[in-house]
Amino acid sequence: MLASRNARVAVGHRVATAPVNRALLAARPGRCGLIATKAQKKEIMMWEALREAIDEEMERDPTVCVMGEDVGHYGGSYKCTLGLYKKYGDMRVLDTPICENGFTGMGVGAAMTGLRPIVEGMNMGFLLLAFNQISNNCGMLHYTSGGQFKVPMVIRGPGGVGRQLGAEHSQRLESYFQSIPGVQLVACSTVRNAKALLKAAIRSDNPVIFFEHVLLYNVKGEAGGAEELACLERAEVVREGTDVTIFTYSRMRYVVMQAVNDLVKKGYNPEVVDLISLKPFDMETISKSIRKTRKAIIVEECMKTGGIGASLSAVINESLFNELDHEVVRLSSQDVPTAYAYELEAATIVQASQVVEAVERVCGSRAMALA
Amino acid sequence: YISIPDSSALVIRIPTDYCLLASALRVPARMQVLLKQRSGIRPSQPGRRAVQVRAVAAPVKSAAATAKTPLVTPEVAKDLYYDMVLGREFEEMCAQMYYRGKMFGFVHLYSGQEAVSTGVIRLLRPDDYVVSTYRDHVHALSKGVSAREVMAELFGKKTGCCRGQGGSMHMFSSKHNLLGGYAFIGEGIPVGLGAAFQSKYRRDVLGDEKADSVTCSFFGDGTCNVGQFYESLNMAALYKLPHVFVVENNLWAIGMSHLRATSRTSGDVDPYIYKKGPAFGMPGVLVDGMDVLKVRQVAQEAIERARRGEGPTLIEAETYRFRGHSLADPDELRSKEEKARYQARDPIPQLKAYMLEQGLATEADIKEIEARVAEEVDDCVKFADESPKPERGQLLENVFADPRGFGIAEDGRYRYQQPGFSSGTAVVS
Repeated sequence: MLASRNARVAVGHRVATAPVNRALLAARPGRCGLIATKAQKKEIMMWEALREAIDEEMERDPTVCVMGEDVGHYGGSYKCTLGLYKKYGDMRVLDTPICENGFTGMGVGAAMTGLRPIVEGMNMGFLLLAFNQISNNCGMLHYTSGGQFKVPMVIRGPGGVGRQLGAEHSQRLESYFQSIPGVQLVACSTVRNAKALLKAAIRSDNPVIFFEHVLLYNVKGEAGGAEELACLERAEVVREGTDVTIFTYSRMRYVVMQAVNDLVKKGYNPEVVDLISLKPFDMETISKSIRKTRKAIIVEECMKTGGIGASLSAVINESLFNELDHEVVRLSSQDVPTAYAYELEAATIVQASQVVEAVERVCGSRAMALA
Repeated sequence: YISIPDSSALVIRIPTDYCLLASALRVPARMQVLLKQRSGIRPSQPGRRAVQVRAVAAPVKSAAATAKTPLVTPEVAKDLYYDMVLGREFEEMCAQMYYRGKMFGFVHLYSGQEAVSTGVIRLLRPDDYVVSTYRDHVHALSKGVSAREVMAELFGKKTGCCRGQGGSMHMFSSKHNLLGGYAFIGEGIPVGLGAAFQSKYRRDVLGDEKADSVTCSFFGDGTCNVGQFYESLNMAALYKLPHVFVVENNLWAIGMSHLRATSRTSGDVDPYIYKKGPAFGMPGVLVDGMDVLKVRQVAQEAIERARRGEGPTLIEAETYRFRGHSLADPDELRSKEEKARYQARDPIPQLKAYMLEQGLATEADIKEIEARVAEEVDDCVKFADESPKPERGQLLENVFADPRGFGIAEDGRYRYQQPGFSSGTAVVS
């Protein structure tokens, strides 16, 4: 269970300081000293954990390099590569011009010929411009070349709905990319799994699209050591339970856990599974959980239409139909562009109260269950 | 050809005035007239600095070289001739095979453009890279991929260079450093840039002094309006990547004439792609793409420049495809006169005449080369015909380099570990 302070920040309550603004204001090289001090403490922020992952992997393997807009001298818009250019040079932490399709393709070519590039999308939404390269080349080249070339690249960046960033900066590309054959989709959610998963993704020979979330960069937590890697294909059981399984990923994990606080008080015992691997799904964890609880709720931030939840729901229906006591419930964002106004933005995405209400609907009231 | 000043340092000036260039490149007089009419008379501006390309070493021939001395050795000439004839005969055989139902889909033939592929690629080392578009059969052959593997790939057999999974438009060879074969024009150029970036990275970051491989990207006039082309020009010049952009301007993008699709530089009557090079900070060269020796000369400069670390070059080769865009193209929009004009400039008879005239080869040599090519083409068809088709089990084998990417099944094992996996499906549930 997470400290409630972290949960509040991540859930994005108005009372917490807006993490995004603070991050942008503070992105200056002078912070390097501060980072060293923070590293000695046990808890670090997610952006630091990601930075550690990139730093450690670049140190370990000289073919690992970073490409993206403002990753070098600026240190990354979310500080994930802060100061790394000083340590590794301008070529290993390459500041690209603003041409996503071009530099993603350059990453593909570099990966095919022996390097291991990490391509950063300043915002995941910008990678829509690189869809040509991500779909046709990144995902497919290992296959169309008959296995002659591998594309060991990581495409990472922040996505998701932030704090009133407007429609185009609030996109959830996991649903757009999930059909591309040949790529793996991974969504990190905690400091620990962010670092471990990014390290594993960098070492993987497959192209991995690594989803971070704009509002999670300042979440605090403990990170693992230099050799702690997570499995890219495994889901994480966040909370064991018996009543219902709530599948979630990325920032919605915190929304769900906040709802769980309320649900526990009301007498429910939900199991929470963080998918982590959005493609492929970890069918072992998913099926084990559903066989136990016999009910599934999917809480996601992407749109209802064609989202990760849509795929998961179909898969659960096809392979675990007889294990279900209730139809799979999907809580997803509305199929609308994310408005700027706070109230409309809040109405677009899933709130903790909706999760509570869904669990109550699916499990029935506690009075009935105890009877 | 380009006249050489009498000095030890060789500087080749690339004039931006089209007419001067036409005469410098020894374009036939009648062609010059046509070009003059196309380009409009624009006086060269003396105040403008011409883009300069510096040669790497003293020229093979002394400064007193005249038109009488051959530009290449007999061995090189025969290799060029062999490569062009192989390209032509292979493509003609593809047409036959397509109409006989041995290959399907979109097949784009290179007939007529051989001088560009041969002129550039025969200069490359095995560790240099080539990136192409869907018109890639001859690029594959010039780079060294065996005709057998290419034809088998076209027939969709598992002995093809891509195990039958790529097809006509996706020729890849890790052994010969052919990075594809792309169906969307423009999407291969950044990949080529990546290979060039890797070469520079190996030198500058990994400290490999011997890392100086060059990448050549081939694409057409239509591609020069795709955004990725400009993104790539910018990055290649910015990072001084060892990359050569080779535009095979055959004037037509399916049925869209280059003159209708591309805007002109201010003051010009016709669009010139090579002029876009200097706009991004690299030399832009226009060359007669129907003459293999001219292409070779220009490519030599560009490749050596890139190898020295001086950055990219944009080469526009004026060429023509004798057949339609693909075998499905009725090719009704191109005039008979235009086709006849370019047929008269067929690169293969040009080189043949040059070899005989310069004494680089005898009639017997040429016949022997042509017989060898005919034999090779027959052999590759036989090989492809007799090759086995891919089995069902091949379906899932190359989706992921690391098959763990298929995920974990319900029983806790990775899907790829389950028996019969590859003849199954990639379906998740």
